Amino acid sequence: MSAHTKPLLEIKDLHTRFHTLDGAVKAVDGIDFEVYPGETLGLVGESGCGKSVTALSILQLLPCPPAEIQGRIFFEGKNLLDLGKEEVRKIRGNDISMIFQEPMTSLNPVLRIGEQISEAAKIHKDMTRREAWRWAVEMLRMVQIPGPGSRSRQYPHKFSGGMRQRAMIAMALSCNPRLILADEPTTALDVTIQAQIMTLLQGLKDDFKTAIVLITHDLGVIAEMASRVVVMYAGKVVEEAPIKELFKDPRHPYTQGLLGSIPVIGRKERTGRRLQEIPGIVPGPLETPLGCRFHPRCHKVINRCCDQEPPMIQLAEHRRVSCWLEA
Amino acid sequence: MTEIKENNVCQTGEWVTENRFRRSWAKLKRNKAALVGGVLILVYVLSAFFAPVLFPGNPSAPNLINSLETPTFKDPLGTDELGRSILGRIIYGSRISLLIAVGVVSVGIILGIPLGLVSGYYGGKIDFGIQRVTDTMLAFPGFLLALALVAVLGVGLKNTVISIGISMVPMYIRLVRGCVLSVREEDYVEAARAVGTRDVIILFRHILPNVMVPITVQTSLSMGMAILFAAGLGFLGIGVQPPTPEWGTMLGSARSYLFHAPHVATFPGIAIFLAVLSFNLLGDGLRDALDPRFKI
Repeated sequence: MSAHTKPLLEIKDLHTRFHTLDGAVKAVDGIDFEVYPGETLGLVGESGCGKSVTALSILQLLPCPPAEIQGRIFFEGKNLLDLGKEEVRKIRGNDISMIFQEPMTSLNPVLRIGEQISEAAKIHKDMTRREAWRWAVEMLRMVQIPGPGSRSRQYPHKFSGGMRQRAMIAMALSCNPRLILADEPTTALDVTIQAQIMTLLQGLKDDFKTAIVLITHDLGVIAEMASRVVVMYAGKVVEEAPIKELFKDPRHPYTQGLLGSIPVIGRKERTGRRLQEIPGIVPGPLETPLGCRFHPRCHKVINRCCDQEPPMIQLAEHRRVSCWLEA
Repeated sequence: MTEIKENNVCQTGEWVTENRFRRSWAKLKRNKAALVGGVLILVYVLSAFFAPVLFPGNPSAPNLINSLETPTFKDPLGTDELGRSILGRIIYGSRISLLIAVGVVSVGIILGIPLGLVSGYYGGKIDFGIQRVTDTMLAFPGFLLALALVAVLGVGLKNTVISIGISMVPMYIRLVRGCVLSVREEDYVEAARAVGTRDVIILFRHILPNVMVPITVQTSLSMGMAILFAAGLGFLGIGVQPPTPEWGTMLGSARSYLFHAPHVATFPGIAIFLAVLSFNLLGDGLRDALDPRFKI
């Protein structure tokens, strides 16, 4: 994770806009970050701040139009946005794959589990139907589904939420991709299953040497998994920091607010404070405030914040913050 | 130990799939009207298959001495103007009518489903193009469209099938497109795209099976309609040509003897009526049986 290794994925000045009848909606507005081979990068922010759109933009899964993606997304030195449709399709699932938020609806109800997992292997590894099926069973065993042979012949309605997410992970890992975009992989699951899935993902990451972009609003999950964190707010990156420094010394008031809103058992007894909240909600992409986007909700707001957008201030390597207080 | 466990899991899985099928079957069985429709269709299919056994001899060979006989023991439904047994001609006619029904829905499905899938999935200009052509075709009454196509293609069995089939295509396009519009937004379609699945595979393996229920229902209803259209063309003398026994054609030639020998027109009419009715009843029954929202 130093400057010596080349980044696996490098996003530069990515803009994703949706052209709607109400005008252009800027879902992602000029973000940049890198992902290094084998690391886990956390992408954090509230609902609606553009995390999922960023992931979908990388794989170009957004329908264009109405979406419009601008900027540069380098994957192993190639700009994905310059590639043709067919070349992008070959990268999907093979080099970069994605785990979705909703395991209950992300599996096709009319296809057997084995069929859905073997699909990627059939497409990218030129396996025959039978080989791919055997491979799918192996993948199910890898994600710790008991009785993978008979389970692979079942339809998704026989699987519980946690098992479906395991199946989705098996699908994402089946071609041994170098990067996995995990879009809130545990949000729809209950807490005990969340922990199982996270442990599984961490273990598989180590086995396969895969890099993960972990998209979540759950800082607890981030603390367990990520080595570095990028905090997003209203389509922009507001802070980036290695995991320890982020929890020890958050610089951006938004990050501080996020950390303050993690429930801790016994906080009230120790500090006398209730759970902190950030007042208000993320502004809609159509009503982006002037100046710093966070200023209407910020408790440290100064005059400058209201009319001038703060610059990105590089504090150290992989340590940057976009706030006037640091300028 | 593990083996036993796996076996159990497997059996439960099969049992559930079978159970779903059984539920649909149970719902269909409860629907008496659909059951009557199904049995009637079975009777037509069997008589089409075993026509030479049920009626030995040539149904088209004239026997002028016997012409326009009322029902007798020898000819249970009487004879037509050329002395041919009406029962025999109806039995052989079921071959033609069922052939037309199957042919027509095949044309409708082969052209309509891919166009509907493409139109719904890609949207945009492709969708606009396909939908405006569909609009134009739907602006004609279906029978008139078939009539116009026969005028272009000419008469005969093959052209009857093609013209009626084409007049059914816009209905299939609309139906499939509408279903695809909702299915393509499903997460599993996006998940399939995210592993790099080709569009063709997404369309036919991921989306099509999810829209099969309305297509099945429509197919049953279309078969009834196809038989009716074919009989209409035959009645006007531009469908299947005599001496081939076809119900509509029989009806058309019986028109002149309507007052002396009404039975000549009545029985083919009943054959058409029952065939269309049974396909419609079965179609309605299937709609209820295959819809998971209707519980019993």
